[in-house]
Amino acid sequence: MELTDIIFYIFALVTVGSAMIVVFSRNLVYSAFSLMFTFLGIAGLYVLLLADFLAVTQLMIYVGGILVLMIFGVMLTHRVVNVEISSGAMRVIPATIVVGVFLGTLLLVLTRTNWMVMEKSPDIIGTTSMIGTALVTDYLLPFEVGGVVLLVAIVAAAFMARKR
Amino acid sequence: MNVTLTHYLVISAVLFSLGLLALVTRRNAIMMLMGIELILNAANVNFLAFSRYSALDIHGHVVAVFVILLAAAEAAVALAIVLNIYRTFSTVNVDQINQLKE
Repeated sequence: MELTDIIFYIFALVTVGSAMIVVFSRNLVYSAFSLMFTFLGIAGLYVLLLADFLAVTQLMIYVGGILVLMIFGVMLTHRVVNVEISSGAMRVIPATIVVGVFLGTLLLVLTRTNWMVMEKSPDIIGTTSMIGTALVTDYLLPFEVGGVVLLVAIVAAAFMARKR
Repeated sequence: MNVTLTHYLVISAVLFSLGLLALVTRRNAIMMLMGIELILNAANVNFLAFSRYSALDIHGHVVAVFVILLAAAEAAVALAIVLNIYRTFSTVNVDQINQLKE
C-alpha cells in the first residue's frame, strides 16, 4: 500500500462521509458547510487523478462560488433568528430502499465489469495547456456557446433576483 | 490494496446515490439544489477517472470543465428563482408551491 493509496482513502472518506452529513443532517446550515468538505475531498481526488487544473477549478468555482451562493440562499430564505433552520423529509424509507437497490445494482455492475484499463500511468506534467489547446481547437463551438450561456445566466439571475 | 479505476467509480456511484436521495426525499428547494450539485460532481469524478485510466487523455477534462460551467450557471439561476419563490410564497417547500403566480 503506497502513500498515494492512503491519501486516496483519506480523501474518499472525507468525501463520502461529509456527503452523508449533507444528505442526512436535519439542519440546512450543517448541510451547506459539510458540502464544502465534500467539494474539498473531490478536489483532492481530482489531484490524485492527475487533473490539476480541474482540482483548482473545483476549489475556485464550487467552494468559492456555488457554495457561497448556497449559503446566501439558506440565509435569505429562512428567518434565522426565530425559526430553526431545518428541512423536512418525506417518504424516507421507500426512497432509501429504492436508492439502495439502485446503488447496489450500480456497484454490482461496476465491480463485475472488466474495464479496459491502461496499465501505465500517462506521463502528463500539467493539463492546463492541453485543456486550453483543446478548448480553442476541437471544442471551440461548445466553448463559445458556454460563454454565451454564462452571460445569459448572469443577466437572467440578476434580473430575477432584483427587488421589484 | 492498490487504487484502481473501480475505486473511483464506486465513490462516484455512492455520491450519485446520496445526491439522488437528497433530491427525492428533501422538500426544501435549496437542499434539492445541493443534491443536484452532488450528482454533477459524481459525473465529473467519473469523467476524470475514465480520462486517467484510459486513452481518452484530455477530452474527459474538457467535458468536466463544461459540466462545472453549466453547474455554475444552474446554481445562479436556480437560486434567483428560489429567492423569488420565497418572496412570493414565503416558503421554499416545493410541495406547497403549486401555482405559477399568486
